[in-house]
Amino acid sequence: MSETPYAVEMKDIVIRFPGVLANDHVNLTLKQGEIHALLGENGAGKSTLMNALAGLYKPASGIMRVFGETVNFNSPKDAIARGIGMVHQHFMLVPTQTVTENILLGLNEPRFFMKLAEYDQKILALQDQFGLRVDPTAKVWQLSVGEQQRVEILKTLYRGAQILIMDEPTAVLAPQEIDELMKTMRSMVDQGKSIIFISHKLHEVTAVADRVTVLRKGKVTAEGHSMEGLTKRDLARLMVGRGVIFAVEKKPQEPGDVVLSVKDVEAENDKGVPALRKLSLEVRAGEILGIAAIAGNGQSELAEVVTGLRPCTGSVKINGKEVANKPPIVAIKQGMAHVPEDRTGVGSAPNMTITENTIMKCYRENPIGNGWSINFTNARQRARTLKEKYDILAPSVRTMARKLSGGNLQKVILAREISAQPQLMVAVQPTRGLDVGAIESIQTLLLEQREAGTAVLLISEEMEELLALSDRIAVISDGRIMGIVDADKADINEIGLMMTGTAVPAKSMEAAG
Amino acid sequence: MNLPFTIKFEKRVEDIPKWLPAATSIGSVLIAFIVSGIILKIIGGQPLLVLKFFYEATFGSWATFSDTIVKATPLILVGLACAVAFKMKLWNIGAEGQFYIGAFAASLVVLIPMVSPDSPKIVVIGLMMLMGMLGGAIWGFFPGYLKARFQVNEIITTLMLNYVAVLWNNFWIFDKWSDGGFQMTPTFEKNAWLARVTDYAREYSAFIDEGGGLAKFLTSIGLDRISGMTLHVGVAFGIVAAVFMWWIFDRSRWGYEIKLIGDNPKAARYAGLNITRNIVLVMMVSGALAGLAGMSEITGVVHRLQERISPGYGFTGIIVAWLAKLNPFAVIIVAILFGALIVAGRELQPSGLASMLQGIILFMVISSDVLLRYKVKLVRTQTAVEAA
Repeated sequence: MSETPYAVEMKDIVIRFPGVLANDHVNLTLKQGEIHALLGENGAGKSTLMNALAGLYKPASGIMRVFGETVNFNSPKDAIARGIGMVHQHFMLVPTQTVTENILLGLNEPRFFMKLAEYDQKILALQDQFGLRVDPTAKVWQLSVGEQQRVEILKTLYRGAQILIMDEPTAVLAPQEIDELMKTMRSMVDQGKSIIFISHKLHEVTAVADRVTVLRKGKVTAEGHSMEGLTKRDLARLMVGRGVIFAVEKKPQEPGDVVLSVKDVEAENDKGVPALRKLSLEVRAGEILGIAAIAGNGQSELAEVVTGLRPCTGSVKINGKEVANKPPIVAIKQGMAHVPEDRTGVGSAPNMTITENTIMKCYRENPIGNGWSINFTNARQRARTLKEKYDILAPSVRTMARKLSGGNLQKVILAREISAQPQLMVAVQPTRGLDVGAIESIQTLLLEQREAGTAVLLISEEMEELLALSDRIAVISDGRIMGIVDADKADINEIGLMMTGTAVPAKSMEAAG
Repeated sequence: MNLPFTIKFEKRVEDIPKWLPAATSIGSVLIAFIVSGIILKIIGGQPLLVLKFFYEATFGSWATFSDTIVKATPLILVGLACAVAFKMKLWNIGAEGQFYIGAFAASLVVLIPMVSPDSPKIVVIGLMMLMGMLGGAIWGFFPGYLKARFQVNEIITTLMLNYVAVLWNNFWIFDKWSDGGFQMTPTFEKNAWLARVTDYAREYSAFIDEGGGLAKFLTSIGLDRISGMTLHVGVAFGIVAAVFMWWIFDRSRWGYEIKLIGDNPKAARYAGLNITRNIVLVMMVSGALAGLAGMSEITGVVHRLQERISPGYGFTGIIVAWLAKLNPFAVIIVAILFGALIVAGRELQPSGLASMLQGIILFMVISSDVLLRYKVKLVRTQTAVEAA
């Protein structure tokens, strides 16, 4: 054991950013042939540390050794030469080129003639070795997100990576794709590769990792701890420094009148393929209806139809008023609030301040709107109050939205949507990509909405979240409702079956609205 | 690496101070002058002499300053026209065409004529203003509508419509209203002239009466050659428009909508804004401002509709708006600077000097943007962290 050098040894790494000590004397060791989880909240310094290992940042001090040799990387090229490959969270692929072309991009071979067929074969051989299936002649834009990720992994393997850094690889994947990825990771370590797996999803870490290093606010709180005997609760405590209440408390409550009624709705997705097929459901005041579905089965389109962002056939009524195929303002005036799936692309304006982002829905009315003008004194005052109340961490309300972390941006969006005192809240993936602390506060906010009598349509890919928050769960597959179950009587296996489109015995089904 | 320090760019994470954008802009103009001076020196010129001459030709006396302002007037209006469109990320390259159509439409009041030739000035000028803005607005409407309804690229349509506008104007001044075969209409009656300082000076002798108290006072502040000053009331249109646009941008609901659509149209749609309508509206307002500039130019300077009423004001306006970082008050200042460059360009030899300065200013201001996004730090070189 002691003869085999560590694949990676990072010692006393210090990385500073203006005003932040991103890594404060961090140690990390990666054994050859292991999956090492790097766990921490957003902003804990995980990505920073790994970017240093990948040659993107230079530490202010500290030592890095790769296979026992001290290294000093000046660029990612140096890191690649040492066999370190990073699979980034955001893919760096050319959509119009084939898988093979993308893998070869930037390499010195082939030199002039592409000889694609020959290289296709090489890549197929590589795929066989690790069980990473993807058609090498397919263009990248035709691939699913999971397949694109496989291309990224193949890219690093093709470049001879012995050490793979995977930056939150599961954040973009659907549940089955995650299983697939974990199998691939296993097969890679079986063949002698070593993997650092960055994540903040505890169940994935417990499922796949051999050892774990936990970072909190730039410091190591657990260094290379064996996963044996570690529970999710232990990990969570190491991550956030306190025990996390996983079961947010949901009080029993009788739902009120129907607020949202969707009837026989059909809609197409962006590619013109039917995404919703004669879908009907109802959400009542003071009730959370969860939508469970595998990514791409129509749940995003459902949210867009309800919020007026996508045309459809059929009827969507909020408080009895038809809003289908009307501009979004009609639904907003009916008391609809929307926490969109894409918080940077849809939910906020990146170069506008927190103040400006919080008045997006209410600038038309008093006390913010005043005839033709906007009262910015009131707007700033209101933004300050919201910042305080929702615990938004930012230097001031003048801070631009793009400078906020994911969790704080989501709090800005929730603050704006909740402060409109909605009657219907459509929340799509409200906690995706957030750290444990932020997830908890956002889930609590949604439950408070339920208690305040808001009808909540919650679309989430986190089964635990759906079970913890929802009153009822509607399972959608291929644009159809497979069944609606009471959350407290729900059987996860049954829901899983329905998500994959399997019919379920009638006894556990409840009639849709 | 022998330097005792390295220069490091750090991304700004904190909010930038409010004064910084203005400071970098002013700084980059100063640097542009210095760089131009160095170039002049290298080619054997006398930078300080040129600077002195530049100053005298543009700001040196009230009379030359008046010339500078006359040139700045259309630039203010066109700069504002571009600023409002750019705020929404609508790339209106058509201010030149909107300027011509504005001038054309305003001329109709006199040339058709729409009111009797002996109507009071206020009626004629008022109507010409309305027509000028309407003409520009219509010229902005077409690309706006095409963009909003069919996603037609506004850069192409506005650019092409510039040529249409110039040729349209030519048709009427060559074929219909030509003054004795020249490419210009007959001079307008005085009731279609914007008030000029020189006209007041001639009309009210108190301004120039040698013995009078007013003339003495004016002489004492250097305003002795008032009778030659061509400054016209159009500059007031520019200033009023700038104040108005400031209110729109910074205080109004509509300005907020423009900014939101400009920053993230998807978020704007999500927040319930009508993007289609706003695209058309903004293009019309932008066109109206450029049209007003055209009207101000023909009623304030040339007093007729003619060929080449603009030496590319519509295009310079793009630069003005950009350098002013779309701030209406900064548009006034930048327009005056560029007005001065136009005036100086006529006086300085070689005449390319002013364009060179223009180019260097643009280059410097655009590069200075990096200072707003990054902090520059000098870091002492440490002995590289080596293995123990």
